[in-house]
Order: sequence, then structure tokens, then C-alpha cells
Amino acid sequence: MKVLVLFAHPALHKSYVNKVLIEEMNVIDGVTFHDLYELYPEFDIDVSHEQDLLSQHDCIVFHHPLFWYSTPALLKEWQDLVLQHDWAFGSKGNALKGKLFFNVVTVGGPRKAYQKGEFHNHSINELLSPLTQTAALCKMTALPPFVVHGTHAIEDKEIQQYKNQYFRLLELLATKNVDVNKVTSYKYLNDYLKELEG
Amino acid sequence: MHEGDFFYQAFVYLSAAVIAVPIAKKMGLGSVLGFLLAGILIGPFVFGFIGEEGQDVMHFAEFGVVMMLFIVGLELQPSLLWKLRTPILGLGGAQVLVTAGIITVVVLTFTSLVWQAALAIGLTLALSSTAIVLQTLNEKGLLKKEGGQNAFSVLLFQDIAVIPILALFPLLATSDVITTGAHDSHLWVDDLPMTIHALVVLVLIVGIILGGRYLVGPGFRLIAQTKLRELFTAAALLLVIGITLLMSQVGLSPALGTFLAGVVLAQSEYRHELETDIEPFKGLLLGLFFIAVGASVDFSLIAANAGLIAILVTGIIVIKLVVLVSVGKIYGMRSDNNLLFSFALAQGGEFAFLLFSFALQNGVLTPAETNPLIAAVAISMALTPLLMVMNEKFIQPNFGTKEQNGRAADIIEEQNEIIIAGFGRFGSTVGRFLQANGRQATYLDIDPNNVDLLRKLGLKVFYGDASRHDLLHAAGANTAKLLIVAVDDQEKALKIVETTKKHFPHLKIMTRTKTWNDCYNMIDLEVDGIYREYYDSALRMASDALHEMGHRYYPSKRAAIKFRKHDEHFVAQLAHLRHEQTLFLRERRQYIEDLEKMMLEDIENEAQDKELGWDSTTIREEFAPIVREQMDDEEGLIENDSNTPTN
Repeated sequence: MKVLVLFAHPALHKSYVNKVLIEEMNVIDGVTFHDLYELYPEFDIDVSHEQDLLSQHDCIVFHHPLFWYSTPALLKEWQDLVLQHDWAFGSKGNALKGKLFFNVVTVGGPRKAYQKGEFHNHSINELLSPLTQTAALCKMTALPPFVVHGTHAIEDKEIQQYKNQYFRLLELLATKNVDVNKVTSYKYLNDYLKELEG
Repeated sequence: MHEGDFFYQAFVYLSAAVIAVPIAKKMGLGSVLGFLLAGILIGPFVFGFIGEEGQDVMHFAEFGVVMMLFIVGLELQPSLLWKLRTPILGLGGAQVLVTAGIITVVVLTFTSLVWQAALAIGLTLALSSTAIVLQTLNEKGLLKKEGGQNAFSVLLFQDIAVIPILALFPLLATSDVITTGAHDSHLWVDDLPMTIHALVVLVLIVGIILGGRYLVGPGFRLIAQTKLRELFTAAALLLVIGITLLMSQVGLSPALGTFLAGVVLAQSEYRHELETDIEPFKGLLLGLFFIAVGASVDFSLIAANAGLIAILVTGIIVIKLVVLVSVGKIYGMRSDNNLLFSFALAQGGEFAFLLFSFALQNGVLTPAETNPLIAAVAISMALTPLLMVMNEKFIQPNFGTKEQNGRAADIIEEQNEIIIAGFGRFGSTVGRFLQANGRQATYLDIDPNNVDLLRKLGLKVFYGDASRHDLLHAAGANTAKLLIVAVDDQEKALKIVETTKKHFPHLKIMTRTKTWNDCYNMIDLEVDGIYREYYDSALRMASDALHEMGHRYYPSKRAAIKFRKHDEHFVAQLAHLRHEQTLFLRERRQYIEDLEKMMLEDIENEAQDKELGWDSTTIREEFAPIVREQMDDEEGLIENDSNTPTN
């Protein structure tokens, strides 16, 4: 299975976590790392190129920091332009049909803050529902997100552990060693991986 | 001449130049006329600071012409020279032959001279002044224009033509050769049979080409390795002088030889070095040459023969002009280029001095005949810069309206909402983009060649001067909404904007500018959009450079945009402050300081980026302790991993 990581970070030079997470991702067999802000600094998204790229992959990943419970601007623009009617959705839009989709998000707060009654009052899964619903409309199978929590206070050792998990996940996907039915029953992909390791 | 004399002379020449040239330039007359005037002033007939030795100085200073052709050669790639072969042979050949023919016939008709003398006069007067024409064209930046290039081609042909003319003169002798004792015009090659002579010349030319290609390069490399600048300059001078000597040895024009050497070296890596080394010598010697020409104008002779010389000068200029215009027309030059070409070449040349004295020696002509002619040639040379200024100021700008047969402004049949004035590199980009996005514009351009070329490509481009309100009216300025001024010439741009503001105040104006000053002018005129021509590409390059150095692309782009906005803001502020000159100077220095401040601030912002929501420093300061605490409480995956040892 070929995995496409659509990475969107407008200020990577300020990021503690993502710099480490994306390092050497391209080296993994079957994984294409696609750095949107570096490719389209003027928001000049090449739609047909992006569509070709999507067609060539079986699993689409949105990897981005969670900004105001959403994606950075360019990734939003990407959705608006690339996911065209009759291509990605609609009765004739089957280009993405059957592909896997999931989010990799980095968030400042801990997992605990993302639940009813707490600081953010919603779970990450709820907050990501516009994206998972987009995937559903495009006839893709949405997997739970891979979430890096607590980036405001994270330590280097923890970042490295997240990175190992993330890369493990990508390798498993690329080698088709992920049981999709089983995975969808978890809240986070992190939980699934933890159990595999457990 | 002892030392005191030498310094006295140098002082006179230099001060004349230093005083006269800036004044002439200030008056828009060009440096050549300045030097000529300086020469006349210090010459024997006005102040008399220098006497008859002016002639000797002139011969010495002719070396400046040789150097000039070397430099011209350096700037001319062999491929370009090859491209010029048609104008050189066609235009040059036609000009020399037709002019010589007509002058010969005129001389035969109006004087009692024999045909040999008439032919000698015709051939001599057919030549123009390489020194004056090239220097003037170069100074005005017209050498690269079609008219300038064709003028150059003709001059090159004339330089070549001098050789057969020199060879022909002895055959035209009608009286006994004046024996003036030892004369340097007798060369060792003259004793050789014709074929051997030709062979020597050929070997020499091939030698220069091969030597220039294979010997000079390594030679200069060795010299360059010594890292002694003076030595390089000396070697460059040696090269030019050596070729001059060689060429004179076999009776060829030294200018032609150095020109050839220049062309050969045009591809060498030392080209620019050679150019900068020779340039000041060339400039000084040429200046000296022009002063000497000015000083040699014999006013007593002119006063004695005022009528005759006036007729001669007028005759030379008129005949040459008529021939040049006709030749140019047949050759297919557009009127503005043809006018430039014709006015540039309508004079006698420095070769005339040489050829007339040669004709004297060979008994073709007598002093009574040559003296007024030499004076007339000198005057026609002195008049050239004036004629060119006249053409530039009065004839060329009006040829579109005054010349019935010339090209009148086009009648514009279509009316669009956008008018674009100037369809060069800048305007064409704007136009292409608009057209690609379904917006038709009416284009105006003042360069007829440009107009025809673009029309062939199927574009709607119209010929005419966009600063004329009737043309703007014809282009639909009454109903249009937007005028884009994309012309290169900023004076013209200003005129266009002024005309538009006066006659079509409803039009929005966007304009291309070059310098800060142009921007200030446009801001004063309250133009709606000001676009500095290289600004965006410079900034784009700068932000790409940041990216090359490892910065992320997107922040680099944002930095460039931010920089541009700061800068535009400052330029606008300065425009309002500049009217007080002294204040402006101060403010301009202030601007440099502000720019520096801005740049420092940018650097700091790049590191901190305080104003950007992406920066989480302050969020982290506020929330990190709470987050950490909660994370430690959590029985999250990371927590388990770090606390419980893995089996």
C-alpha cells in the first residue's frame, strides 16, 4: 500500500515537534512525503498534479498542527481546490473511492483537556469530524487520528517516542500489516499501536 | 619642445576640456561638441593658446580612433559581425560609391578640375568621421539601435575602403609628384610585387586572428598571474600599439587591424579587463583629437573664402544626407532609424585630412584646392553633433506628423476599457496576462518596428505617441477606464500622465517607474498605481535566496511582501517631503537609516515573529505548567512507556 503524507505547517521553523516527526520520512519504503507549504508558498496549488499524486496512493494522511481546531490555511485551500466535484465526490467522483484516510495532528494541550467539561470541551475525534466527514463524502475509509498531545510542554525524549510510533505506523500501513476493521474501533491510532506493542 | 612647454600645453588642453565639456553636456550637446568648441577656443584664431602644432597633436591623437575601434571590436562578437555583413557591404558599398560618384559629377560640372582630381575629391568626401560618429552615438546610447548599428557598418566599410583609395591615388596623378624628401608613406612593401604584397597582408591578418585566439589569452593569463595591474595595462597598450605598427608597416589602416584584434578577443575572458584598461586612454586621446580638430579650423582661410566654404560645407552635408536617406530607404530602414543613420554620417571624416595630404604628395590636387576642402571637412565634422541634436530635438519627434509620406499615427478602430502605452518587455507582459484572462486592451507604441513585429504576431498594437492627447482620444480614452503606462522613457511617461490628468481625469492610471525620483514624480501626480520595474523581481530573487539558504519558502515569501509594503510606505512619505531640497537630502539619508532599521527589525522578527499567531511562545509560557501537570497525571501511552520499563 502506498502512503501519501500531505504535510502542512506554515512556520516549521517555530515547531519543536514536527521538525523531528517529518525527518527522514521519505526514506520509508512506500511513503511519499509531500510538503505543501514548501511547494506552494504562494498558495499556487497545482490541482492536476495533486490529483495525480492522490490517484497514485492508497492511503492519504493529513499531517498538520491543529490550528483553531482546524487545518492550517493552505491545507484548507488544498481541500477546496483539489477535491473537485465529479472527481473526488458526487455520483461520478470516484477517484478516491476505497482509499484510507487519517489525520496526524500535533496539539498543545494534553489528552485530558480534550473531553466534555474540560478546557476544550470536545474530543479530538469530534473536532476532526469536518475532515473525517470530508473523507467519507469522498468515499474514503477514515481511520482514527494519530495525535501528538502536549506540544507546549513536551520533552525531547517524548517527541522521539512519538516519532518511533508514527514511523512504525507508516511502515505497517505500507506493508499492509494493518487490520482496518480492528483499527477503526480505537479512538486514536496511538492506542492501537500501544496495544500492538503491549 | 622642452618640459615647460609640454606641461603648459597639457595644462591648456586639459583645462579647455574640463571647462568646455561639462558645459556642452549640460546644454545637451554631448562631449564631442564640447571638445571641438574647446579646441576652437584655445586655437590660434580665438585665444591662441596653441598654435600650428595643433596639426601634430591631431596626428598623435588619431591613435585614440585606433583605440576606439579596438574597444568597439571587443564589444562585437564575431557572430554579430557576421550578421552585419549585409549592411557593411550593401549599405557601406552603396553609400561610398554613390556619394563619390555624385560628388565627382558635381565637381566636374561646377569647376574646371580634371576628372582625376574630381574623383579624388569625391572618394575622399564620401568618407565620414568614425571618431565623431561613434563617440556621439555611444554617448547617446544609440549604437545598439538599428540606425546606429547601420551607421557603424558603413563606417567599417569606409575604413576598409581607405586602403584601395590610397592605392588608387598615385594612378590619378596629373602633375609631378611633389618630392617632400623623406616621407613615411613609402613602405618597404611598396617595393614588393603586387601578389607578394597581398600575401603579406593576408598573412598578417591571419596572424592577428590566430594570435588573438591562441597567443594573447595565455599571454594575458601569465601577466594576470603577476597580479600587477600596471603590467596588464602596459600589455594591453602594447598589444594595440604593436598591431598599429604592424598594420602601418604594410600600409593597412591601424584602426582596422585593432578592430579585428578586438573582435577576436571579444570572446576572451580578458575582454572586460582589456576594455577598462584601454578605455581611459581612448577617452583622453579622442578628446585630444577632437580638440585638435577644433583648433585646426583655419578661420583666416574661412574668412577669406567665406562664400566658397559655406557652399562646400552645405554641399557636403546636403549631398551626403540625400544619398544616405535614399540608401537607407532602399535598404528598408524605418524613418526614425534612417534619420538617425543619415544625420550621423553626413560629414567629412578625419580620413579626409590624410587623403588630401596624400593627394597633394601624389600630385592629384594642389594646395589651393585642398585647403578650402580641408576647412569644409573640419566644419562639417564640427557641425555633426549639432546636426544630430537638431535631428533629435526637431526633426525626429515630428516626422510622424510633418512627413506626409512617413508614418502617421495609426487610426484606431477598436475601443477597449484598458489602454496600454508602451508595448516593450514590460507592457507586453502586462498585455499578455490581461489577454490570457480575457481582457482586451488597446496598445500604443512609439517604435514602428515593434508595432509591425507584434502585429505580425496577431496583436492589436498601434503606432503613435501616447503623450499626444488626440491619439489618446482616438484610442478611446474618453470611454476607457484604465491607462497603463509601461513606456521605458520616464520623461515620456510623465508627459503621458500629465496629458491624461489634464484631458481625461476620469481614467485610472497605473505606471511603471524606474528610480525613486520617478516614483516621487508619479506620487505627486497622484497616479493610482506605481510599479517599480525591477522591484518585484529583485524581491522574489531575494526571498528565493533565503530559501536557497535553508529558510522555509512560505515565511521567506511573507518576509518579502512585508518588506515591499514597508518600502512603499517610506517612498510615499519621502515623496511628500522632497520639495524642500535640503530637507529632502536629509530625509534621504534618513531613509537609508530607516531602511537599515527596517532590515534589522526584520531580522529580529524573523527570529521572534511576535505578531504571528503561529508563535506559541507566550501560550507556552502560560499553559506549559498546567499541560505538564495533566500529562503527568494521565495514564497516557507516553507516560506508561517512560515510567514502566519495557520487557
